[in-house]
Amino acid sequence: MRFNGVVLSAILLVSLSLSSYSLKAATLKVGMVTDVGGVNDQSFNQSAWEGLQKTKKDLGIKISYQESKQDADYPANLETLYDAKNDLIWGIGFKMADAILLAAKQNPKQKYAIIDYSYGNKTPPNVLGVMFKAEEGAFLSGYLASKMSKTGSVGFIGGMSVPIIHSFQYGFKAGALYANKKIKFNEQYAESFTDAAKGKAIANQMIGKGSDVIFHAAGAVGDGVIEAVKEKNKMAVGVDRDQNYLAPNNVITSSMKRIDNAIYNVVNDLGKGTFKGGTTIEYGLKDGAVDVAPTTSKMVPSVLMEDISKLKKSIVEGKLKIPATSSAFATFVKSLK
Amino acid sequence: MAILELKNLTKSFGSLRAYHNINLTVMKGEVHALLGENGAGKSTLMKTIYGEHAPDSGGEILLHQKKIKLESTAEAIALGIGMVHQHFRLVRPFSVLQNIILGIEPKKWGFLIDYKSARNKIESIMAEFNFFVDLDSKIETLTVGTQQRVEILKILYRNAELLILDEPTAVLTPQEIKDFYIIIKNLKQKGKTILIITHKLHEIKEIADRCTIIRKGEFIETLTVKDASEQELASKMVGREVLLHAVKKEVSPTDICVLEIKNLNVLNSKKLPAIKDFNLILKKGFITGLAGIDGNGQSELVQALTGLKKSESGSVKINEKAITNLTPLEIYQNKLGMIPEDRQRVGLVMDYSIKENLVLQTIDQIPFSKYGVILNNELNKFAVKLIERFDIRPTDPEIKARNLSGGNQQKVILAREIEHNPEVLIAFQPTRGLDVGAIEYIHSELIKLRDSGKAVFLISYELDEILSLSDEIAVICEGKLTALLSQQEISNNKNLKETLGFYMAGGIK
Amino acid sequence: MKNFLVSLLSIFLGLLLGGLVLKLSGINPLDAYTVMIEGAFSQPNYISYIIIRSTPLILTGLSVAFAFKTGLFNIGTEGQFIVGALTATFLGFYFNFNPWLQIPVVMILSCFASSLYGGLAGYLKARFGVHEVLSTIMLNWLALYLSNFFVFIEGFRRPDTETTEFINQSASITLLENWKVSESGMAWLENHTFWKSFLRPPFNAGIFIALIMVFLIWFILEKTTFGFKLKATGFSQLASRYAGINTNLKMTQAMMISGALSGLAGALHVMGVSKNVAVLAAHEGYGFDGIAVALIGSNHPVGVLLSGFFLGTLKYSGQKLQSALEAPSEVISIMIGVIIFFIAIPSIFNWPLKILSRIKKESKQ
Repeated sequence: MRFNGVVLSAILLVSLSLSSYSLKAATLKVGMVTDVGGVNDQSFNQSAWEGLQKTKKDLGIKISYQESKQDADYPANLETLYDAKNDLIWGIGFKMADAILLAAKQNPKQKYAIIDYSYGNKTPPNVLGVMFKAEEGAFLSGYLASKMSKTGSVGFIGGMSVPIIHSFQYGFKAGALYANKKIKFNEQYAESFTDAAKGKAIANQMIGKGSDVIFHAAGAVGDGVIEAVKEKNKMAVGVDRDQNYLAPNNVITSSMKRIDNAIYNVVNDLGKGTFKGGTTIEYGLKDGAVDVAPTTSKMVPSVLMEDISKLKKSIVEGKLKIPATSSAFATFVKSLK
Repeated sequence: MAILELKNLTKSFGSLRAYHNINLTVMKGEVHALLGENGAGKSTLMKTIYGEHAPDSGGEILLHQKKIKLESTAEAIALGIGMVHQHFRLVRPFSVLQNIILGIEPKKWGFLIDYKSARNKIESIMAEFNFFVDLDSKIETLTVGTQQRVEILKILYRNAELLILDEPTAVLTPQEIKDFYIIIKNLKQKGKTILIITHKLHEIKEIADRCTIIRKGEFIETLTVKDASEQELASKMVGREVLLHAVKKEVSPTDICVLEIKNLNVLNSKKLPAIKDFNLILKKGFITGLAGIDGNGQSELVQALTGLKKSESGSVKINEKAITNLTPLEIYQNKLGMIPEDRQRVGLVMDYSIKENLVLQTIDQIPFSKYGVILNNELNKFAVKLIERFDIRPTDPEIKARNLSGGNQQKVILAREIEHNPEVLIAFQPTRGLDVGAIEYIHSELIKLRDSGKAVFLISYELDEILSLSDEIAVICEGKLTALLSQQEISNNKNLKETLGFYMAGGIK
Repeated sequence: MKNFLVSLLSIFLGLLLGGLVLKLSGINPLDAYTVMIEGAFSQPNYISYIIIRSTPLILTGLSVAFAFKTGLFNIGTEGQFIVGALTATFLGFYFNFNPWLQIPVVMILSCFASSLYGGLAGYLKARFGVHEVLSTIMLNWLALYLSNFFVFIEGFRRPDTETTEFINQSASITLLENWKVSESGMAWLENHTFWKSFLRPPFNAGIFIALIMVFLIWFILEKTTFGFKLKATGFSQLASRYAGINTNLKMTQAMMISGALSGLAGALHVMGVSKNVAVLAAHEGYGFDGIAVALIGSNHPVGVLLSGFFLGTLKYSGQKLQSALEAPSEVISIMIGVIIFFIAIPSIFNWPLKILSRIKKESKQ
């Protein structure tokens, strides 16, 4: 909680210092549109804003954000930032894909970037997609989960059956199997990213079926998952950010997605004039954009931490390919035998 | 010695003049009546004295020969002025004691209510003026008459010397009125001064010493009551000669049945029988009176006849055509009209204009609308015609019913119902709360209707009204018809009132 | 007229207190209001956005006002909005007629669905005496979960998303939607900067339909026998029943029309702006804002039109504070809350007026 306090006061300080704003023609301007979670969502919007704040601190970028209250706000918010003459406009989250695409068509000279979405080969030249190799981080947490499990059974709760969640799911399963070929799985989608009560119910069910480590990739649904785990004194694996603070004795690790780092990198590129519009960047372990949480070392034996650094090395070197889809996973399973 | 003097007092609300150049002197220890028609400005004047609204600049108010300026009722109360409004201002779930002390609770240790000393004080007041109320009863369990006593106690508790009573008997039963007169006499005897607003002439004769007459906001005259006749008072109040008793010509007996009620049974809102095997025939060209004490099934009978309530069994026929349990609109279209008991809640939409109220039932008909669209010109023409024919004032058809006096509200209903040319008109308490002029008018219209060959069903709790209008009199008690007096029996019976009283109390003919 | 003045005074006081809130959060209110005014009117696309934003508010405001005229407090506008939006998406996706048929069919059937939904509350009130405030609040949540359920139906749900499929182009009422991103369109717009800016937002025909509805509702209430009976029912049920008006039926009908208006707001929102519906975690507030609109507009159709635009402007321009001054968006919500607060208790103005008149009086003496 103290961490949040620090962030809040940092935001406050920033906003105070901004209120006496002055414009320098040379400074870059970057804005972001949050999705409906808002900028203090304890999740990826907040992480994105932290990344932008770092660019302000390190690179002197002028930054701003627009919160969306409804999905219908996306176009208007993108336009507000366009009118404010930003050099780059971020859309945080795949929900904004359509709005960004339309805006990019209407304003071909404006640069846009979107988190967690790839337009593939149809990416407009003024748009940059930013994807994460979530499977790589999930692989590491799957390895840890499997090793830590006493029952030989781990659980996965996904928000919704969409590719981004699949990459978590199969990365996690691959890691778990890599650690223990006999590991058993319980898997379920909550069909929601918001319903914490549902998360709790599913987690309890899985615990009942014998899983003692549960990984969630389900946004706020995960709050319920962690709560259930805490009550039953089992183990959980968090997602996106280091979620250890939610249950310090139970969240053994988190599969982190460093949106802040990704944003920082892209803005840095922009400053250097190497903005890669028209493409999709995939950030992975080697860019420091996915990882296990820093608190992990407190929760798992140091032997396992050593395993993790070895695994990281082989992944970065490309010796170990992590599956992100069900077909790649099938191939991976075969390769294990 | 004068306790209160008003000199050249004027009050306007915008362009509307409530009263103008009023002079009034109230002597200490007298019962002074303020007489005027509804809407004459009496209530507004009294509210001025009670500090509810300030008069226009100009005149002055003297209390105990000292000029005063009232900004609020609290100041008026502090100066010893108390008022009982026509509609009581009591907290219904509170006890009598709590209501009396509300706002000036005696305190113990600065924050606890000292009920004991309050009780003692109130009991001594009751003993002094010789009327009693159970202090621990809740208001909602009390009769209207008792509630009024609580109101009077409330102002006596606040040490009022001058008591203003606004239409105190309008809501009371005859017995309660008698008791009320006794209380007034006691108060007077103990030196209190009473200013009573009324338009009931016999009431003034009964209790008042002097009487000030106000007409259309103007001061007319102050006179000593015992020197004036009721007729004189009435004429001065209305500004012309008035007939205090309805005049009607004899009708020859007819046997043409217009409305037939047969074995009617109706339940009340608590699902208990309210009307039991009721039989009655209303004849063409007759006013049939239904005498009875309030609450003996009259409301349920009317609701069943007009379709507002379903009857359990029995039949109602109008000119041989069954209208039992049809919808209100269908019954209305079968030419049964009604002047409801509660004109403000049932008879009129108070927030609608005169014009709109006149077509409440008939808006769907040509010429008032075509294809569902209202034809405003036709509405206006119609309203102007009826306003003139029924002498509704003010004459602007756009005025809301809420802003009309009771008499004019009733005229709007009367106009609407008569214009619809009903075969039967139910007049339920048609003159309740109205002043002499309006009563005279309503009565004459009912008689006109009867003379034109319609059947009128007059339901009233006022025996005098029944007696002065009816050709035949039916009596209802506990939902049963206890007597039916023919024209002949009425004219031959020397002790009619007593006879009816006997039946009304449940005696069977 | 008095209502109008009270509304203006309330708005003024709301802006004043909103300014105080801004000041307390360290922002110069003058800067903020400058940003808001510029952010609302300085470019054609802003005006366009305000119109887009105001359209559903006008309709839901009209919906609340209409029910109110019959003495009913329709809090269910939110749920009716959802039902309208969902139906429009569903039909817009599954039907694909010629636009001249498709648009009216989708629109009318959406209104019909939401009118049944609103009418349900009216019927419950008329038949069983269930208070409409209670039933409509529950129906709001029912609508939300119902909508979320439908969004997840396979085939209707857009793969890999929390949203439904988009409606067919034939159901879109966005004006010049394809033309403005076509090559010829963009070339033309390049030389016509006003239109380029104005058409950048998803400007759609919704506002014209809303204007027609304002007129229609005014006409129904003021000029028809139907409106006459509705209002009579609202003023006095007893008198209306006695006058032969079927008050139960009138209440149900009023709720149906009210529901249809809210549903129309939802349908137009889908057909003109969002093109689909998404899973809702909470109510979006279009319906609830309608209550505020009706209140500020003192339940008169024209008042609702004005207050709908006012609230739409406030909500749109208020968002600009975020990127320009880093003001929390909550400030704008507080300001709107204050305005509504003042309108809800107009007697609060009698109090300063009384003091004023007293001072006047005393200074005379």
